[in-house]
Amino acid sequence: MTDDTTFDPSRRGFLKSSAALGGSAAAMGLGEAAAQEAVPGDPTPEAVEITLRVNGAERHVRADIRASLLDVLRDRLKLTGTKKGCDAGHCGACTISVNGERRLACLTLAIRHQDDEIGTIEGLGNPDEMHSMQAAFVRHDAFQCGYCTPGQIMSAVACIETGNADTREEIKEFMSGNICRCAAFPNIVAAIEDVRDADLVRERDT
Amino acid sequence: MRPYQLLRPRSVEMAVEMMAAHLEAQYIAGGTNQIDMMKAGIHRPSHLVDIAGLGLDRISDQGDVIRLGALASNTVLATDPLVLEHVPMVSQTVLEGATQQIRNAATTAGNILQRNRCPYFYVPGTRCNRKNPGSGCDAIGGFDRLNAIFGTSESCIAVMPSDLAIALRAYDARVRVIGPDGMRTIPFADFHRPPGDTPEVETDLRKSELILSVDVPKAGRLASAYHKIRERRSYAFALLSVGGAARLTDGRIAELRLAAGGVGTVPWRLPQVESALIDEAPSQEAFQRAAALSRDGAVIGRQNAFKLPMLERAIVRVLTDITET
Repeated sequence: MTDDTTFDPSRRGFLKSSAALGGSAAAMGLGEAAAQEAVPGDPTPEAVEITLRVNGAERHVRADIRASLLDVLRDRLKLTGTKKGCDAGHCGACTISVNGERRLACLTLAIRHQDDEIGTIEGLGNPDEMHSMQAAFVRHDAFQCGYCTPGQIMSAVACIETGNADTREEIKEFMSGNICRCAAFPNIVAAIEDVRDADLVRERDT
Repeated sequence: MRPYQLLRPRSVEMAVEMMAAHLEAQYIAGGTNQIDMMKAGIHRPSHLVDIAGLGLDRISDQGDVIRLGALASNTVLATDPLVLEHVPMVSQTVLEGATQQIRNAATTAGNILQRNRCPYFYVPGTRCNRKNPGSGCDAIGGFDRLNAIFGTSESCIAVMPSDLAIALRAYDARVRVIGPDGMRTIPFADFHRPPGDTPEVETDLRKSELILSVDVPKAGRLASAYHKIRERRSYAFALLSVGGAARLTDGRIAELRLAAGGVGTVPWRLPQVESALIDEAPSQEAFQRAAALSRDGAVIGRQNAFKLPMLERAIVRVLTDITET
C-alpha cells in the first residue's frame, strides 16, 4: 500500500502491531507503520515523505512529522519569502494561502496539507512582473524593514478577494492579524485602497 | 514537541475508536490552539486523530435550532445566512474573536475547547494546577489583571477565553457529542466546568468523546449585541465582554439573555441581572440598578478589581443597545 503518511521503514521504533487498529489500517488509508503502536520508551518515527502542491507545482520532501508548514516551506522547499516572526500565531508574518484562504503557516502541520493548494509570496509575482499589490506596496512605501511584508501582501490580496476592503476601518480590522513593527500601517492601508480602486475601475471598464 | 503518529479516520465512529485505543491521543481539526499547546509542551499527544475530513462542517436549520457543525470554520460561522438570521450573536462574537487567518482555520468545537490564556499556564517553570495538578497557582496573588473574578477557586483563577462561548451561553445552546457509549447532549451551562479542586478537568467531555455539533435555539426575534473591551482595538483577548439579547413586548422587557466574558472561569451568565429587568420598561436607572447585581459572588484579586465597575458599565451599554426601539 502506498500512501502519503507512510514512514520510512528503515527507521527503528515501529514496532509491534496494534491489535486495536491493525484491522482498520487499510480502510484508514494509512501506511503500515502509521497504524502501529510505539514500544514504550522508544522514540516514535518522525521522518515522513510529504507531497505538497505549492504555487501550482508538486513538491516532494522528507521532513519531520512534527514540522509546521512554515518550516517545510522555508527549510525544505527553500521558499524563504514566507517569514517566521513569532511562530505562535500572533504576528501574521507567515501568512500564506491554502485553497484560496489565508492561513498562518506556523500554526499548522505540513503533513496535513497534502491535498491542498498552497500559495506563497513567491507565487504572486517577481521583481520583473509584480502583482498589483506588490507594486502598490512599493509605490506607497508600505514597509521599512520589509520583514512582515510578504505576510502583509498575502493578507492584503485576500482582504480584497473576500470583499473586506470596502472602508479604511474594514481594511484595518481585517488586516489586524498582520503586525508591522515599523508601523507602516497607514501606507499599507493606502496600498490596499489603491489596488481595490484600480480593481473597481477595471471591472467597470470590462 | 513530542513525536506523534497521525491517524486519519474515515468516519466519526472510527475516530472515536482510535481515540479510545490510545490513552494519550488527541483529536486535531483546525489545530490553531492545539499546535500552540504542543509547541509549548503543554499538550503531549502520542497520536493525533485528524478529524478534519469527517464532514462535520455544515450549518443547518433543524426547526427549533440552528445546528453549527463542530468543524464549521469560524469564518463560516461569522458569515452564514442562517447564523445571521437566527443566532446573530454567534457571528458578532466570532468576528471579535480572532484574526481572519485564524478564523479561516479555527472551528466551532475548537473555539469552545480552547485553553485558557493565563500567563502562568503558558510560561514554563511556573506553578499551575491546570498544567501540573497539585503544583499550586502562581496567578493567585501574582499578575492577575487578566484573571477571573467569578467561579474561581483556591486552585485556579484562569478565565475561559472564548468569545463564541459567551453567545452560546446566553442562547442556552446544547453540545451534541458522540463517544464509545453513544451520543448524548450537554447543556452549554454544564459544558465548561469551574475549576474547583480539579482545574485540569475543563469540560464535561469524557475520554474519547467527539463534538458533533453545537445546537443553538433560534433567537431571531431578539435584538442582540456583543461588547468587548480589550487592551487594543482588534485581535486581543477580552479584558471583559458582555453579550446580550432581548425582546420587548408593549414597551417592557419580555425576554432577556445576558452573559459575560473575561470575568469567569466559565462563560458567566448573569441570571440575577436578567430577572431584575423582566417586565421592566427600559431605562438607564433600571439598567444601572440591575447591573449592580452583577457583583454577586465576585472574588477580587490584586489587580482585577477594575473589572467590577467595568462589568456594570458594559452591561448597561449592551442593555441600552438591545432595547433601543
